[in-house]
Amino acid sequence: MSIKGATHQDLAHDSAAKHVTGRAEYTDDIPEPGGTLHAYLGLSEVAHGRIVEMDLSEVLAAPGVVGVLTADDIPGANDISPTGLGDDPVFPEDSVEFHGQPLFAVVAESREAARRAATLAQVEIAPLAHVLDPVGAIEAGYPDVTAPLKLERGDVAGGLADSAHRIKGRMAIGGQDHMYLEGHIAFAMPGEDDDVVVYSSTQHPSEAQHMVAHVLGVPSHSVVVNVRRMGGGFGGKETQMNLFAAVAALAAKKWNRPVKIRPDRDQDMIATGKRHDFVADYEVGFDGEGRIEAVEGFFAARCGFSADLSGPVTDRALFHADNAYFYPHVRLRSRPMKTNTVSNTAFRGFGGPQGVIVAERMIEEIAYALGRDPLEIRKANFYRPGGDVTPYHQQVEDNILERIVGELEESSQYQARRQAIRDDNVRNGIIRRGIALTPVKFGISFTATWYNQAGALVHVYSDGSIMLNHGGTEMGQGLNIKVAQVVAEAFQVDIERVKITRTTTEKVPNTSATAASSGSDLNGMAALDACEQIKARLVDFACENRGIAADEVAFLPGRVKLGADEIGFDDFIRQAYMARVQLSAAGFYKTPKIHWDRAKGQGRPFYYFAYGAACSEVSVDTLTGEYRVDRVEILHDVGRSLNPAVDRGQVEGGFIQGMGWLTSEELWWDDDGRLRTHAPSTYKIPLASDRPRIFNVALAEWSQNAERTIKRSKAVGEPPFMLGISVFEAISMAVASVAGYRECPRLDAPATPERVLMAIERLKRER
Amino acid sequence: MSQIHITTTINGDETEYLCEADETLLDVLRDHLDMTGSKEGCGTGDCGACSVVVDGRLVCSCLMLAAEAEGRAIETIEGMGQGDQLHPLQQKFLEHAALQCGICTPGILVAAKNLLERNPNPSEEEVRYWLAGNLCRCTGYDKIIRAVMDTAADMRGAA
Ligand code: FES
Ligand code: FES
Repeated sequence: MSIKGATHQDLAHDSAAKHVTGRAEYTDDIPEPGGTLHAYLGLSEVAHGRIVEMDLSEVLAAPGVVGVLTADDIPGANDISPTGLGDDPVFPEDSVEFHGQPLFAVVAESREAARRAATLAQVEIAPLAHVLDPVGAIEAGYPDVTAPLKLERGDVAGGLADSAHRIKGRMAIGGQDHMYLEGHIAFAMPGEDDDVVVYSSTQHPSEAQHMVAHVLGVPSHSVVVNVRRMGGGFGGKETQMNLFAAVAALAAKKWNRPVKIRPDRDQDMIATGKRHDFVADYEVGFDGEGRIEAVEGFFAARCGFSADLSGPVTDRALFHADNAYFYPHVRLRSRPMKTNTVSNTAFRGFGGPQGVIVAERMIEEIAYALGRDPLEIRKANFYRPGGDVTPYHQQVEDNILERIVGELEESSQYQARRQAIRDDNVRNGIIRRGIALTPVKFGISFTATWYNQAGALVHVYSDGSIMLNHGGTEMGQGLNIKVAQVVAEAFQVDIERVKITRTTTEKVPNTSATAASSGSDLNGMAALDACEQIKARLVDFACENRGIAADEVAFLPGRVKLGADEIGFDDFIRQAYMARVQLSAAGFYKTPKIHWDRAKGQGRPFYYFAYGAACSEVSVDTLTGEYRVDRVEILHDVGRSLNPAVDRGQVEGGFIQGMGWLTSEELWWDDDGRLRTHAPSTYKIPLASDRPRIFNVALAEWSQNAERTIKRSKAVGEPPFMLGISVFEAISMAVASVAGYRECPRLDAPATPERVLMAIERLKRER
Repeated sequence: MSQIHITTTINGDETEYLCEADETLLDVLRDHLDMTGSKEGCGTGDCGACSVVVDGRLVCSCLMLAAEAEGRAIETIEGMGQGDQLHPLQQKFLEHAALQCGICTPGILVAAKNLLERNPNPSEEEVRYWLAGNLCRCTGYDKIIRAVMDTAADMRGAA
């Protein structure tokens, strides 16, 4: 008999029963104590300018208003820059830098009163010239928000010069709003002395804690941040919650009452950061077989008014500009450009997808130039023995793409279907079809090496029940259940004996953001460390108590073997407690092997790589540019999955989100810098009706992590996002068919129906 | 502003509340009646997280004034199961792992139940288009659609 809920088993999300009955409590569902006040932000209506005067008298006079908060009300530092650059004020003092920048907060007896009052401010701003996009920013001589990066290997100029063929191109890649269904929210309760407790939907409670302390001018020990669960995060709640946490805490301390802040959807989308848009210039040299000789890449990113996480995001774009391919000679450069837009931030993939899509664009260019199947070009360029060094000089040691792509090519019947589609398209119909099979290789680890650490706290109570706490946060990805499975397996108890508690800075300090797909890798290991410590003490106790050797003690399902005897786990724990054995431990983990020298552009930033591939088929209406996704097959590598049901969910959700990024999700700013797509009415994420007609997702069951990760599993949060590129490229093929596949359509992302139609018209004209 | 007195039926129970003229049904459910299973995802009728059924019709409770509920019969996620007994849809959502963060789940379940009451034998196409008013940012919808199809098949078998 084995335990219920060990690792490598399908297990429902730990909160699933509460989710389906509506009883799962999110931050906005926490009962409000009497006297709770509500805050709301007032935003700038100018993209760039000097603040001449801010007259808030009408705001203050509005019914229900208790007061306002401006830069003058900040007792500590007016800065929430996550990287310590000092460029991210809570509220600006002299100038505004984007349309939608929070200028002040109103605090009122009800949310509605605060919201109405916020519109009454009379703010006079003397406008200055503004720049909205990265190319414009370079032309206008705008600064980088943070230091650019260069990755270089070999002799690029020589490599390009020696190439039989060379292609130069430019690709514009759109950003993306997170559109988590639960928006930003923070709820602060004042305590004695300097204390304040903040309930918030943040992916990074430790940072929120430190930021709140910094803004209040109190030590971190005065601030507690609690997160039970989030209604989605995707990176959008990594740094962007800091402002809301700080405002709620400021108000709670100032008026000594509980204060909640929750922007409405429009304000959430206008005032908080998104995925970075990029404009990438590339030049690729290759031989007659499509083998790449040299690549030069230049990545300019819209970063918004402040650095936020743009440094590591734009770095990661370069780290993934090879995707799965060996570049003998390569130079990649980034320009993280300042723009007068909301500060761009983390979003699933963290710049990686923008790098990967440029690599795939170059493959496409080569294929169209040589009249070959892009898949053939891909295979010719995969990392391989003798060609296994990345542009950042890390060796690729665990490459399994050839097998993944090979299996998918076969199971999806790619070749036969591609031929059938080409035959069909020749008939000159209005509906054209396309198919593409694209791979992903994704580096796992935070590129800021110090982030790769985690803590956990495990208590075994004297009745044998277990409480688990770790530094990761639950946003739907199933992190808690996976870590609980690790603990259940370590002690060999049923999963019901393990209680997962909210994440709180009181229990595990100085945690890293739950990001970079690292949640289970880091926190699973930290929890396991705690379990191993407690088990070692239990084994010592058993040996001493019974006069047996350590190898005669074994944790069996629900019981413990002690020499010739066996007793139940709970009884054993009881005895250990009576014998004064410490039954609690703090676990810790730091990822081994990784190092990174940014100045040199060399090192091993990633512990390992996760792989996957997707084959997508689409139909495009050449009269309207509209399209639909007919069929998708995915084979994805999660190593030895801790929980295949949860991991498959991540793959499906990530794929659809990636597809949305490249198809329907378009952020649109007008010339004044106003975001015009700021609600689901105008910003279109995929719907149930957009789900591929046929959708088959499989995990590569034979895979196991070559590195000693938790139970040999691999991270899963981000890598599948990039599989959405297969849809983008399938659309591209359908478009290319109108000109006999002689020309790469060079679609920019997102490929909205409008863009698709324009590309079709352009190709027809040039034909 | 004087408050409006409303008598309505929620999940079979007669309920009275006082509301402002401009309060939505969603506000009243969440803030006055402590029924927080319905969620606000947008407040503008575009996400379906606030879905409830009013007199048999699926509506976004963020778009309906609380004052309009007088004399009507309202069903919310809280009334979907019976005591500890889950509705078959809820059960299937568990089995299919048809949720991740779970915040869209109540709205989707309310919408799916309403569909199956109208049409016990929907095609997959019908399920996908019926649920197109309910956004889910996490799952990619596949497991949700499968869970609804599977429930429909089971319920037809049981009937
Ligand atoms: S909250 Fe009602 S539809 Fe979004
Ligand atoms: S499960 Fe998160 S929005 Fe649907």
